[in-house]
Amino acid sequence: MKEVNLTCISCPLGCQITVRMNGDRIVSVTGNSCPRGEAYARQEVTTPMRVIATSVKVEGGSLPLVSVKTDKPIPKRLIPELMGLVKTLSVSAPVRIGQVLVDDVLDTGANLVATRRVGAERTDPGTRT
Amino acid sequence: MKSYRTDVLVIGGGAAGLAAASAAAEAGRETILIEREDSPGGVLEQCIHPGFGVHRYREELTGPEFAARLVEELDASGAEVLTGRSVLAIDPKTRAVETVGPEGVRTIRPKAVVFATGARERPFGALRIPGPRPVGIFTAGLAQKLVNLHNLLPGRRALILGSGDIGLIMARRLHLEGVEVVGVLELKPFPGGLMRNVVQCLDDYEIPLHLSHTVIAVHGTKRLTGVTAARVDETGRPITGTAREFAVDTLILSVGLIPEAELIGRFVGLDPINRGPCVDSRWRTRAPWLFAAGNSVAVFDLVDTVAAAGESAGRFAARFAENDIPEVRKIPISRGENVLHLVPTEIDPGVPTLIHLRVPRPMQRAQVRIGEGIVSRRLIGVRPAEMVEVEVPVEAAEELAKLADVKVEVVEE
Ligand SMILES: Cc1cc2nc3c(=O)[nH]c(=O)nc-3n(C[C@H](O)[C@H](O)[C@H](O)COP(=O)(O)OP(=O)(O)OC[C@H]3O[C@@H](n4cnc5c(N)ncnc54)[C@H](O)[C@@H]3O)c2cc1C
Repeated sequence: MKEVNLTCISCPLGCQITVRMNGDRIVSVTGNSCPRGEAYARQEVTTPMRVIATSVKVEGGSLPLVSVKTDKPIPKRLIPELMGLVKTLSVSAPVRIGQVLVDDVLDTGANLVATRRVGAERTDPGTRT
Repeated sequence: MKSYRTDVLVIGGGAAGLAAASAAAEAGRETILIEREDSPGGVLEQCIHPGFGVHRYREELTGPEFAARLVEELDASGAEVLTGRSVLAIDPKTRAVETVGPEGVRTIRPKAVVFATGARERPFGALRIPGPRPVGIFTAGLAQKLVNLHNLLPGRRALILGSGDIGLIMARRLHLEGVEVVGVLELKPFPGGLMRNVVQCLDDYEIPLHLSHTVIAVHGTKRLTGVTAARVDETGRPITGTAREFAVDTLILSVGLIPEAELIGRFVGLDPINRGPCVDSRWRTRAPWLFAAGNSVAVFDLVDTVAAAGESAGRFAARFAENDIPEVRKIPISRGENVLHLVPTEIDPGVPTLIHLRVPRPMQRAQVRIGEGIVSRRLIGVRPAEMVEVEVPVEAAEELAKLADVKVEVVEE
């Protein structure tokens, strides 16, 4: 029997939840004060999921980087692999906000999308109206 | 020197200023927004993590995405934006605003001003740590800008001082970029940031959090070579015999933000705890034509709150420009127990008031009481990392006006 201790992040209370596990099977969830806490704990001990935000190199852009994110949470265990992949990527300016840079990244069903616009180099920002 | 007139001038193009300028222009007033950087967005531009806009847009956006939405709204509103231009001075008598930019010095004469210059980071010097000043000590916001906008890493092995959200976010960011983050130190016995950030920025990557710890010395002549940390007592003083060494080339400081209010502090009066101007329910300072919103008033946690404040300030500034704000007797409010930040500090009984306050320590169950309970609200799991909001309706304000002294307090239950 294994015990996993978690801090619930579903609301500001921050309940300390204990999940008892027998191998991969959840035996009990205690310490939560609501059903959201139990759902969170069950997800965390089976497949914790995270949205990852980072940046990708831009060629010929007004900025050297474009910020990106996975458009859905991906399994937490894939984060190192995702970061490895991101390091090898580059994209040519201009980049649109929402542009898909990698479709179905690491077979997760999530896309890697740009979260800002990056114009082509030497565009004079100056005065906008 | 060229001089311009406008109804509403907004200073600063972060979330507060963008929302203020849109609201003022939508109200039909001629509006100019001035931003010193080459593009608007403010601190949002470098906050590439998700966690923005859950209240305003009902979806979780990253900082740049949130900024892009505000800019779209601004473009649609018809406000004019001048980027690459800084405000140097504001004359309280003539309301002349001196600005400088690539085309030289310009004076703008507005009927009303919204001040939305954001906050700056407390620097290393503020910590009064004696000894050398090697390269390798960065404020968290600067490190964030270097990593996220300029593709530069601050170092290879880092220690972070301060567990506010900015420190936690940077711990994760540096770790993901391959910097070895050896730990986060926090002076207080509880983490400064949101629980969610403690879990998702530190626990996820097994980055240790050392509560009740601070930095007592830094080492190195040219580049930082190490940091000495120690445990502190309840008063925050280092305990002898608890010192420990961290061999790091980088120290990241996340030790607080200070509202950027020097331009107006001279003539409007700053609140000693918020450190920004005293404002009323309409975000109006003590100069009747000057409104202020966002982190230049007090440091807010959520951009949604900041944007809502900006919108409200912009709307009221537009109304002031039309001579449409009645002068009423305001109700000053003061801090009772367990209240740190408090915004506003005066209630204008003519409009509903949204009170924002911060508690000094975590409490499981508590109650906010305003004016001996004329307004009250129960709180569950209140923490310094999350400001509390309480609405004071107009009818309640009328009751409060009858009291000699209106206190806001948080009573632990
Ligand atoms: C690292 C970090 C992480 C955060 N994470 C979150 C989060 O996850 N979720 C969330 O909701 N909120 C978060 N916040 C909070 C939120 O981003 C801020 O509260 C909000 O963006 C502040 O907006 P502002 O307009 O008050 O200030 P700023 O964004 O600082 O804007 C002020 C602007 O004024 C300009 N300016 C200043 N002085 C002058 C002058 N003299 N002349 C012309 N222009 C001037 C500046 O250049 C700047 O663009 C985070 C903040 C930080 C720093």
